Amino acid sequence: MIKLKNVHKSFGNNHVLKGVNIEIKKGSSLVVIGGSGTGKSVTLKCVLGLVTLDKGSIHVEGRDVNKTDRDAFLSKFGMLFQGGALFDSLPVWQNVAFRLLRGPSKKLHDEAREIAIEKLRRVGLSRNVADKFPAELSGGMQKRVGLARAISIDPDIIFFDEPTTGLDPIMSGVINQLIREIVVEMGATAMTITHDMSSVRAIADDVAMLHDGVIKWTGPIADLDHSNDPYLDQFVNGRAHGPIHAIR
Amino acid sequence: MTITGSLSYIGRNTLFFLTVIGRVMLFASNTLRHCVTGPFYWRELFSALVQIGWLSLPVVGLTALFTGGALALQIYAGGARFNAEAVVPSIVAIGMARELGPVLGGLMVAARVASSVAAEIGTMKVTEQIDALVTLSTNPMKYLTVPRVLAATLCMPLLVGFGDAIGIMGGYLVGTARLGFNEVVYLKYTVDFLQIWDVVSGMIKGAVFGFIIALMGCFYGMNSGRGAQGVGTATKSAVVGASILILATNYILTEVFFTA
Repeated sequence: MIKLKNVHKSFGNNHVLKGVNIEIKKGSSLVVIGGSGTGKSVTLKCVLGLVTLDKGSIHVEGRDVNKTDRDAFLSKFGMLFQGGALFDSLPVWQNVAFRLLRGPSKKLHDEAREIAIEKLRRVGLSRNVADKFPAELSGGMQKRVGLARAISIDPDIIFFDEPTTGLDPIMSGVINQLIREIVVEMGATAMTITHDMSSVRAIADDVAMLHDGVIKWTGPIADLDHSNDPYLDQFVNGRAHGPIHAIR
Repeated sequence: MTITGSLSYIGRNTLFFLTVIGRVMLFASNTLRHCVTGPFYWRELFSALVQIGWLSLPVVGLTALFTGGALALQIYAGGARFNAEAVVPSIVAIGMARELGPVLGGLMVAARVASSVAAEIGTMKVTEQIDALVTLSTNPMKYLTVPRVLAATLCMPLLVGFGDAIGIMGGYLVGTARLGFNEVVYLKYTVDFLQIWDVVSGMIKGAVFGFIIALMGCFYGMNSGRGAQGVGTATKSAVVGASILILATNYILTEVFFTA
């Protein structure tokens, strides 16, 4: 479904990705883990076309993403951003229905509003939230609105960028559970980047560990705790000592 | 600093300056291309018209009112040196319509609009809202830049016309209340000496300044650095860039309109 082959990306002298290879099967959920600054977000942005590759290729459903119609390609995607990335100037329902109010998926105003309210309900938010502005919501509610926006057009592929960052453990659990439920319910292919191990265990079918610009380990979630990979072991167990050097 | 160091410093800054000019030109040509190709976001255009045009009326009006009054006092004081006090109404009108209306109006709108546009778009960039627009199949240039540039280009001539009228009124109030001009004579001199081209040239300048203001706000917002400091720098650069471009363009347009 999604295949990254030998992807390279540098920013000036900073070589962030040095040959990343990832394959995500249709309908499965891959979680990419790795420390801060290892290029997880850049990998995701490369797939979305927000960052151009220096070298390598990315194929989605067999098509090279750099050679397909960008709008048609993005119409299959939903994305939950790390900070929510909700539009401050729009009320919550218009954030959720953004795609339904303009562009090829455009619906009538009332219909779009009803779909938005239904998506808000799906992520556990009531109708009362619909007319509020993002700034009036808590961090957890903003994440839910972001999730509702990501699923507004029932996408085939959903990306989650650090979905639990900044949330308390209970709200993190709620968001993880929602993500898992929605991905299974919609049959969507999901790619999540995080360094929150509780998210990994809740969301992942498969896990890939990114370190120093390459995938150090990849495998099913069941193998996570007995991989015998020193990098993965250190990361999963949160050890200060090991092959990954931590600045102290 | 050694000679080599100084030359290298000058060279680096010259290259940086030329790079910025090139990037602004590319951004302007991209903006113009998107202005004539759909889709158009009418709701955003209407909102920008209100934000840039309607809400700038007080600041432009107040600036013009006090400028017109001060201008009347200065021309009276200067004219008195060679018994030419009677030129106050005509010089106030011509000065406001040709130069002070568009330039001061442009600078005030630059301070108000370029800063807010750069800060808004810069914050959107920092908080990944621009990336979110792309993932929602919406071109940020069409959604954010085009409505603001069109609105500013359309509104500024009207704001300049409004500023001209208020500025002339400021001169009239000072002329009649402080300098002893007869109301009817003041208005007659104003109308007799003011030509349509004086007003139209100022409004054309206004349209160009409006384009510059919104363009610089959007350019620096879209290219904002990270964090609060990045947005602050973008905001400052947008206002400074827009103001300098307005003054430089004003000189060029004056040359073209009145000396060619």
